[in-house]
Amino acid sequence: MSEPDFTPIIRSVGLAGVLVTFGDRATDSANRAAIAFRGAVDALAWPEVAESSSTLVSAFFRVDLAEHSYDAFRARLADVLASRDWTQAGLPAGRALWTIPAVFGTDRAPQFSEAAEAAGLTDAAALADLTGTRLRVLTLGFAPGQPYLGTLGAAWDIPRQVGLTPNVPAGALVAAVRQVCLFAKDTPTGWRHVGQSAFACFRPDADVPFPLAPGDEVQFSDISAAELARIEAHGGDGAVREVLG
Amino acid sequence: MRGLVVHQVGPGVAVQDLGRPGFLAMGLTRGGAADVRAVHEGAALLGQSPDCAVLEMVGTGGTFEASEDMRIALTGAMMNAQIDGAAAAWNASHRVPKGGQLVIGPTRTGTYGYLHVGGGFETPAPLGSRATHQSCGLGALVTAGDVLPVGSDRGGDVGLTLPQDARFEGGGVRIVPSMQTLDFADDIRARFATTEFRRDPRANRQGVRLDSDGAGFANPKALSIVSEVIVQGDIQITGDGTPFVLMAESQTTGGYPRIGTVLPCDLPRVAQAPAGAVLRFEFLSLEDGRDVQARANADWARLPASVVPLVRDPAMMQDLLKYQLVSGAVSATHSELDEG
Repeated sequence: MSEPDFTPIIRSVGLAGVLVTFGDRATDSANRAAIAFRGAVDALAWPEVAESSSTLVSAFFRVDLAEHSYDAFRARLADVLASRDWTQAGLPAGRALWTIPAVFGTDRAPQFSEAAEAAGLTDAAALADLTGTRLRVLTLGFAPGQPYLGTLGAAWDIPRQVGLTPNVPAGALVAAVRQVCLFAKDTPTGWRHVGQSAFACFRPDADVPFPLAPGDEVQFSDISAAELARIEAHGGDGAVREVLG
Repeated sequence: MRGLVVHQVGPGVAVQDLGRPGFLAMGLTRGGAADVRAVHEGAALLGQSPDCAVLEMVGTGGTFEASEDMRIALTGAMMNAQIDGAAAAWNASHRVPKGGQLVIGPTRTGTYGYLHVGGGFETPAPLGSRATHQSCGLGALVTAGDVLPVGSDRGGDVGLTLPQDARFEGGGVRIVPSMQTLDFADDIRARFATTEFRRDPRANRQGVRLDSDGAGFANPKALSIVSEVIVQGDIQITGDGTPFVLMAESQTTGGYPRIGTVLPCDLPRVAQAPAGAVLRFEFLSLEDGRDVQARANADWARLPASVVPLVRDPAMMQDLLKYQLVSGAVSATHSELDEG
């Protein structure tokens, strides 16, 4: 799963910033390294970094390369990069652990059994995986606040469907390529709809518009369709947030 | 409330500003005006900050009424405009009296027209910006019956204009390397740089599709990449080899490789190119691109000093010149036309 032979690479992205990449495949260790490296550079509070982000395998630092020397910035990043093995680094402190209730199967998540079969698992084993694995927010994207969660076991390396499901609702848990995505809004998708939550990933009017951040951990709990309906009727999501030390 | 009353409006009119930076990590792209230069031009014409929110208009504008005396400026794609029935010059600032009717009609050249008001539009600013980002539920298109709040204007001259810029009909666009540029074979990049592209009618605030004759630009090596960060101006090559320039409302990450990135100073030319206009791309090194962009930044910063009075009547202008020549009292180095 790790890529011991991959040497991290530093590249410019137009004049908009600099990207540090830790793998050429979407592996769990490359993602951990990207999140840890971004956290370490952010902690240095370099003034030319306007903001930073992390993708599945890279850390990105937005720097105006018309105003700041790429070579100089690259050299400073290279020093931090060389200071340790980032695939072994701990993740930044202050991350959250979310417990999010969801229905697996029923008409609220109609592709659960189909996904289990694609993974070569019984329904019971698939449910145990989806609720027993503590997943990490690998990255947020495609829609604001929308998490790609990983990483499920090798059995879950199931491909996307050839055809799209026209409209999978917000709050859906969809699975493919060892990841679970929790939809921020109604979306057509080739990923399989295995669960349904009431969790809103983007809350533009709330004090915390983006509840999830890269590196946060998510554990799903299994509830009945009746329980989800009760949660929805109260306008809540039933989720619990704890801060990780 | 000081505001602009919307009596009638086209289907593609929305409040924009310079965007909503700071949320890349959360998957929310910057958004904001498609033609950032036009925002700076309007600010220069009104002598105010480019952070003031503006109205972006695609295709046609609308009929607006000022609740109080207001200064306005019109920039970007040229559109027909009238104030109380009298033609109002584009690329210029004007006064609209209380109760005055401003009518902005169809686009004549370019794609995105802008209406600026003295004091800026003061619509709600979710997540720190007034930029409308429809697909994310941030703001909404302007509709008839809206009253757009307008901030207080510290005042200033009107009847000012800026030299017309040549970005409304396509042309040459400079690009610098992106992270996957070298994943494209030399011959593909060379062919990209010598191809005449046409802006496809399928273009919006997310991206501009580019059409060309002949083979596409797909590169087998670049097809298996992991989804990676997108910056404005990135040119992605989709699986069938079609290039798209990614614009203000692109997603924050994408799985198609980028062959290059349009310099920020040339992105307004891509935004404004009308459907069918020819666009050509020139690869610059990062160093040369940096120098070009730094010069453009300096030019943009000088826009307020480039503002000159609008000369409304050429006949009067000739009379004035004749009078001055006869009088002999005008310094040869002093441009009367710049003083108004």
